[in-house]
Amino acid sequence: MQIARVVGTVVSTHKHPKFEGAKLLLVQPLNIDETARGNALLAVDGVGAGVHEKVLIVLEGRAAGEALGKKAAPVDAAVIGIIDQVDVDGDL
Amino acid sequence: MQLARVIGTVVMSHKDENLSAATLLLVQPLTLDHQPAGRPLVAIDSVGAGVGEEVFFVRGKEASFPFYPGEPPVDAGIVGIVDHWDVEV
Repeated sequence: MQIARVVGTVVSTHKHPKFEGAKLLLVQPLNIDETARGNALLAVDGVGAGVHEKVLIVLEGRAAGEALGKKAAPVDAAVIGIIDQVDVDGDL
Repeated sequence: MQLARVIGTVVMSHKDENLSAATLLLVQPLTLDHQPAGRPLVAIDSVGAGVGEEVFFVRGKEASFPFYPGEPPVDAGIVGIVDHWDVEV
């Protein structure tokens, strides 16, 4: 899993039927120091996350499909939790 | 999934039999400000996307799911045409 921040939303009228009812979020993966790492990506929302929230995302198809609650969905990323706090040992 | 723009088509007359009915499109991944991000790649299309459109695509075996019970040997697939996206910073 990776830590990311929700930075936006995507609107798509014409999409695969398994996406019907799903919320598509733009998420930006973060480094430990909360700077952006790499490119933003799309994840289906499994927990009701909102823009600006720090979240936990899973980047694997089967797990993402389970988060969406649909089998054989063509998804590869999902938000699976809203993060309250991350503590990092200062020596690491 | 990733945002991308369809920038071309790929035609093959000799291909895996599970790709016989497939439409293969060349897609350029995009940043949130619609700029190219990284290298273009080929993706199978399941939503009828066209050149110039902004889409989102899935990576991995899941790209073949829209074609079930067919199993095209693909690792990227377009699964939605994007109307627009909104970014709040």
